[in-house]
Amino acid sequence: MSVRHSLLALLEQGPRYGYGLKSEFEAATGQMWPLNVGQVYTTLARLERHGLVRAEVEADGQKVYHLTDAGHAELGAWFSGAVSREAVPRQELALKLIFAARSPSADIHQVIQKQRAATVRSLQELTRLKADGGAGDDPTADLAWTLTLDGLLFQGEAEVRWLDLCEARLAATTPASAGSARGAEPDAEPAAAAAALPAPGTAATSSQAGARGRR
Amino acid sequence: MTPVLDVRDVTREYGSGHTTVTALSGVSVTVLPGELVAVMGPSGSGKSTLLALAGGLDRATRGQVLVDGHDLGALGARALAELRRRSIGYVFQELNLLATLTAAENVALPLELDGARPRAAASQARALLDELGLAELTGRFPEELSGGEQQRVAIARAVIGQRRLLLADEPTGALDSLTGETVLKLLRRQCDNGCAGVLVTHDVRHAAWADRVVFLRDGRLVDQTAPADDLHGPRDPESVP
Repeated sequence: MSVRHSLLALLEQGPRYGYGLKSEFEAATGQMWPLNVGQVYTTLARLERHGLVRAEVEADGQKVYHLTDAGHAELGAWFSGAVSREAVPRQELALKLIFAARSPSADIHQVIQKQRAATVRSLQELTRLKADGGAGDDPTADLAWTLTLDGLLFQGEAEVRWLDLCEARLAATTPASAGSARGAEPDAEPAAAAAALPAPGTAATSSQAGARGRR
Repeated sequence: MTPVLDVRDVTREYGSGHTTVTALSGVSVTVLPGELVAVMGPSGSGKSTLLALAGGLDRATRGQVLVDGHDLGALGARALAELRRRSIGYVFQELNLLATLTAAENVALPLELDGARPRAAASQARALLDELGLAELTGRFPEELSGGEQQRVAIARAVIGQRRLLLADEPTGALDSLTGETVLKLLRRQCDNGCAGVLVTHDVRHAAWADRVVFLRDGRLVDQTAPADDLHGPRDPESVP
């Protein structure tokens, strides 16, 4: 899971202390992924080395962390790209949705649609592999191949259904809470959400099926 | 290549004045011969409206729907019915097989309605059922068939004759995964043989059989996707003429 991007997302909302980041991260993710404070500080040190955050030492020796311009750009790239289904554990997507939902710079609907399009595309590729079938000379190997593809297809389906549900829940909760918090016109929210869906053809190319290239 | 289905900037509104409901808004989609396009989106996003317009079962408020170059909005009722009967096949979740007719008679029905001789129609229906692996079932009545078999008969009825466009709305219904896949493979095969297909579905594993998946939301086409190596159809809805 991408702790570094989650920390960047928290820092987007203002400077934070290392320990504060740990507790905020845990609160934001419903205590599902406890972090040890050492992990937070090593991650921050790495982010600082890469110029994505800047540390300021206060009079009492405590370090307060700020997001740099490069950090903003890195966060934007995370939100606008799709999580590879093969390389990264699924939790990164959960984290991305959690933080995109509260980030002023991310459009959660766009994040969801981009991921959905990327996942559907990888499912299309898996289905093609399945339709092409095995070489036919070894039924046992062909069955194993089909079962493996089926497994990947169901995982992808689960992800898309989960994304659909996330979107439906957001639609059910967002307008009301935004209206009460900001006193915005209640009509503005759904229209903005619809208009903010991604431009066609911009979905990131999904990584190829992990099973690809068997033959 | 001329598209079999050419939906051009179509809007469909119901009602008028303050009560106007926009089911589809400025949607453009083309489907080429040999191409299967899946339509996905939440309930109420306009999927079924799009399918009804494509099949001439409903008329656009604005924009044009062309099937094989015929503007459906410009056709009279009789010509439209003829085009629907001859060129368009429908597969719905409710199979609408006639209980008093055998599988072969159900499949032959569109040809007979179109004036074919019953014997010729029956032989064509049997040949098609044979091709779809249903040779043993031609004489059975719908209630004597399993859900999957009934669905395959419904697909045979949808593709018989010189159908150019296949429209399927959740065609796998409540079928189990493997039987549902058989139905999808049939649709896929019909398209590989030159039909154009539109598949409306909630099931992403079924949509994945398509060459392209288009996403509707609130009556608008918001995105579409094709496998990375696909050169078959337009990827960008803006590029559709």
